Amino acid sequence: MATETDHTNPAVDGSELIRFDQVTKRFGSNTVLDNLDFSVSSGKHVTLIGPSGSGKTTILRLLMTLIKPDEGTIKVDGDYLTHEDRAGKLVPAGEKHTREVRKKIGMVFQQFNLFPNMRVLRNITEAPVNVLGLSKDEAETRARELLDLVGLGDKCDAYPTQLSGGQQQRVAIARALAMRPQVMLLDEVTSALDPELVAGVLDVLRDIAHTTDITMLCVTHEMNFARDISDDVLMFDSGRVIESGPPEKIFTEPEHERTREFLSAVL
Amino acid sequence: MSWNWDVAKDFLPELGKGLLITLEATALGSVLAFALGLVWAMAFRSPTRFVRWPVAAVVEFIRNTPLLVQLFFFYYVLPTWDIKFSALTTGVIALGLHYSTYTAEVYRAGIDGVPKGQWEAATALSLSRGRTWIAVILPQAIRRVVPALGNYVIAMLKDSPMLALIGVVDMLQKARAEGASSFQYIEPYTMVGIAFIVIAYPASLLMRALERRLGH
Repeated sequence: MATETDHTNPAVDGSELIRFDQVTKRFGSNTVLDNLDFSVSSGKHVTLIGPSGSGKTTILRLLMTLIKPDEGTIKVDGDYLTHEDRAGKLVPAGEKHTREVRKKIGMVFQQFNLFPNMRVLRNITEAPVNVLGLSKDEAETRARELLDLVGLGDKCDAYPTQLSGGQQQRVAIARALAMRPQVMLLDEVTSALDPELVAGVLDVLRDIAHTTDITMLCVTHEMNFARDISDDVLMFDSGRVIESGPPEKIFTEPEHERTREFLSAVL
Repeated sequence: MSWNWDVAKDFLPELGKGLLITLEATALGSVLAFALGLVWAMAFRSPTRFVRWPVAAVVEFIRNTPLLVQLFFFYYVLPTWDIKFSALTTGVIALGLHYSTYTAEVYRAGIDGVPKGQWEAATALSLSRGRTWIAVILPQAIRRVVPALGNYVIAMLKDSPMLALIGVVDMLQKARAEGASSFQYIEPYTMVGIAFIVIAYPASLLMRALERRLGH
């Protein structure tokens, strides 16, 4: 029996964890990402902002392999995500390879996407037991710790539909953390919530951002939250990064006209 | 011709024996239809078209040919290929296979009704394909389609007398035997009809209630 397998995150040495190389993604005739290059260093918290339809969510969905790039490559922690290196030749990756690389990534969705047929605890333990091979006891102990962390220690036996949207989203955060990802993708995680429930979810995320070394990639319309947790903010427009920098700079003295317009519309 | 209670009374034990066979054929046929239908429905969702297309073709073929033809095919043709089953087993296979093409559509609707976000969450958690089906998709899909599946059980019950034509001794066959030996027809056939309605009608009411409860 393995004891507490504390799979430590690689040292936060600023090494490159995510790299997009000339990534193009089209939906029909609509080019959503256009030869996109960008990278995220390990341990950083990066927020993607920009008008809707500018390709922010597409980036998260590409990373989670929910969609495939039309051109270009994506690397996670040095490994190709949707390709495999076979004798120096890049070929489309098999399901197995992709799943291995994908294990380093966790995602929290706008619509929570908890499994309604499972109680809260099993929502969180299902993947650690069946994917990481944790024992049921071990997984449950960890799940309870995570539920405490998100302030829902008393909801283990509830079904998702018995929880408020904010509570469901906090369970979803715990579920993603239970896989001990190196990267967390947060896709407009408060957009589907009633206004009074937003703060609770953001508090939890702030807490995680400030106390762990998990790399975060975040699409949000909550600019105060973005300012608070981000090391870097990337401004997207029409499938390209038009401006990037620390939040103090982007939010107070943006260089690009489009960024100024966007911020004045949402702030 | 008038109703003779003595004939009815004499036929009752035979009817009971036939009823058991009818129920057995329906129950076993249902199990087969539920299991095979699920296999077809999951194959429709296969990422490879070399699975999807042949399965779709076979399913369409079976659904669009009459059950009776399939029944005779299995009963008369399979033995010439040295595949031999009892009449009841042959009947159950034909019934189950035929109805699996309908339950497949029912499952398909249930599976399509599971929100896309559930598949995406399973992917995000790196669940394997098998685990995604078993733990996430099917429990949600099947719950929704229980009433629809129940309706096909009733349909199978009502199609089961076809099995009499290959010599399965169900209720209908018992009634035919009674008629052939005693020349009394009205009582046995009426009683068979009543037996069917006594089972099928409450069953369909139950399915309707179930549908309402599951919110359709």
